[in-house]
Amino acid sequence: MIQLRMRRGVHPPEGKLSAGKPIEEFPVPKQVVIPLSQHAGKPATPLVKKRQKVKTGEKIGEASGFISAPVHSSVTGTVKTLETVLLPNGSSALAAIIAVDEGEEEWAEPTWPMKDLSALTPEDLRTITREAGIVGLGGAVFPTSVKISPPKEYPIDSVIVNGAECEPYLTSDHRLMLEHTQEIFQAAQLLKMTVGAKRGYIAIEDNKRDAAEAFENLVKGVGDWEVVLLKTRYPQGAEKSLIKVILGREVPMGGLPFHVGALVQNVGTLYAIYEAAARGIPLIRRVVTVTGEGVKNPSNFLTRIGTSAAELLQAAGADLEAARKIVFGGPMMGMAVKAPEIPVLKSTSGILVLSSVKKKKVFPCLYCGKCVYACPLGITTTRLVKYIQAGMWDQAKAFGLFNCMECGVCSYVCPANIPLVHWIRYGKFMVRMMEAKQ
Amino acid sequence: MNLIVSSSPHIHDKESVPKIMLHVILALLPAAAASVYFFGIRALWVMLVSIATAEISEYLFLLLRKKDTSAALDGSAFLTGLLLALTLPPSIDLSMVAIGSAVAIIIAKQMFGGFGANIFNPALVGRAFLQAAFPIPMTTWVANRASHIDATTVATPLGGFKFSHLITAHKDLLLGNVAGSLGETSAILLLLGGLYLLIRKYIDWRIPVGVLGSVFVFDGILWLFNSRKYPDPVFMLLAGGLMLGAWFMATDPVTSPVSPAGIWIYSIGIGFFVVLIRVFGGMPEGVMYSILIMNSFVPLMDKYLRQRMLGEKK
Repeated sequence: MIQLRMRRGVHPPEGKLSAGKPIEEFPVPKQVVIPLSQHAGKPATPLVKKRQKVKTGEKIGEASGFISAPVHSSVTGTVKTLETVLLPNGSSALAAIIAVDEGEEEWAEPTWPMKDLSALTPEDLRTITREAGIVGLGGAVFPTSVKISPPKEYPIDSVIVNGAECEPYLTSDHRLMLEHTQEIFQAAQLLKMTVGAKRGYIAIEDNKRDAAEAFENLVKGVGDWEVVLLKTRYPQGAEKSLIKVILGREVPMGGLPFHVGALVQNVGTLYAIYEAAARGIPLIRRVVTVTGEGVKNPSNFLTRIGTSAAELLQAAGADLEAARKIVFGGPMMGMAVKAPEIPVLKSTSGILVLSSVKKKKVFPCLYCGKCVYACPLGITTTRLVKYIQAGMWDQAKAFGLFNCMECGVCSYVCPANIPLVHWIRYGKFMVRMMEAKQ
Repeated sequence: MNLIVSSSPHIHDKESVPKIMLHVILALLPAAAASVYFFGIRALWVMLVSIATAEISEYLFLLLRKKDTSAALDGSAFLTGLLLALTLPPSIDLSMVAIGSAVAIIIAKQMFGGFGANIFNPALVGRAFLQAAFPIPMTTWVANRASHIDATTVATPLGGFKFSHLITAHKDLLLGNVAGSLGETSAILLLLGGLYLLIRKYIDWRIPVGVLGSVFVFDGILWLFNSRKYPDPVFMLLAGGLMLGAWFMATDPVTSPVSPAGIWIYSIGIGFFVVLIRVFGGMPEGVMYSILIMNSFVPLMDKYLRQRMLGEKK
């Protein structure tokens, strides 16, 4: 086991309340809401009509371009309607609303060839990840089939399994690693084979030592795999941070991990790959951590995509009366929602209930530089945000406006309580809007 | 259920501007208390007048600028008042203290746009104003009660060296049995306060290290050349306002750079000017001007010397 640590970033209180709770299968709800846009890229094209019967795992939306992903029904039932619904990020998208049939669940046949895992070729894995609608479950929801098909001129030498789970509170990856170590490792080996990498690393933070030990036992006999125990730090699990910490390489600005010969995959994604390749199940369910101070019984639920967050919150005993914020995802990068009646998506790693949210007084910037030294990407946030506030867009771009991954570290440390990430989002929005006009 | 929808992150660490100000003030208290011990109740009056004037000026100008007057309670005006008092001679007329403090807040801070917008350290601008307006009272020093010298006026260690080539013992400089401004007496208490801020990460370690280190090196070189003509580097570190300046003035976040390269240029620049003014200048002490000179370069350094971003070409 190698031990490494990230230099920048922060270490917020971990709050992993649900770390000791085994994954429970959440009952199939009476109705699911499945948006056709749950991934980075173009929304899927609907394949179903009103009143159409669908089976569990049946494709209901087809990928509509290279960077897109299909969407599958997570239940057996009848399409009630196709309508626009609210997504956690505040945008809206077309969704299939499916009423679940009473009686036996019927599973659709996979739309990809089922083979013994050892007989799979790289091409097979690309087909499987594409057909099964697998996207990066760490948060970016980038289509996995695209990610594992880097251009030929950029050979991949290292695969990193991302089990850092550096966001406070979230434990879905932790539980997966403990309960499905073998499955995740098999998928990781498939991944390594697909991109032809020489070395594999399994990166886990030291607040999940038990998971690291579980993997250590598995990789002992396999020469080209190594478990990396990382000192807990946020945002260590971000691709660029992880590549820097483990491989010592810097992904060039505006570039992607393949530019430096690396491929990073989240453990949740790997488990989804295993489910598709070995069991023929597309991405129709995922582990969702339901947690927070206002939740009586913090839990990790294996949830069908499209289940309303309200149902999960109720099952976990969330005190919704006292709730001040409901967040989809973790506290650092998650999205606060207006109401809990929002469906669980492929990207929903957790639902967090915060009951003590204080509105903090904002002071003028005092140039203390805490944000500048904490930024994992080395952005001079003090100046970048001044440029954004002044509408100096060219200077803002030169100071890394579009480098920012919105990890939230700067806002977290700011003693003046300036919503720095919010300003940066505003800056990106303004620049994109102006560039679109031209 | 009344849910708040706001941009991430949804948690925040425990630091805040008033908390930082409070801890800097706490870190100065030992030195402030020592000044009362060394110079009597008069030192307390200087501090009280300076702080009260700073707070009143801040409040009135926030009112005049139609800004939120609760900003006067963030601790920054209090700190400016206290810092200014610590740079003043104990015998100074209290009306002069009030003038200096008002200049610090009104001219150096509020006129520039208030907290965070000033280019120069407000307390030092206040002191520079007094130095120019009242040169005699600003350079008249009373004896330290702990030094048992029975004289109405005496020289500071740096003045003594410059004009009469007198050397003050290191021990007296450390403990503070010397004449000088309220806060340039006990090097040890200032060092203690500075280390406290360093441990709590309220100041950047590179600034005191750069300032003190460069003074030591630049003066050390001169001293090696001619140890009779030039003061020894330890004397240089302990005497005058250097400790107060290096730990509490140069480290002011608003008027110091955030760029790592800038921080080194800034702090070494201060050290360079301190030695230059003290050794070759017309005045015995130069910490104030050194910091003010380097303050003026800060915006430039932050613009042109920003840190390299991850993945940016070297």
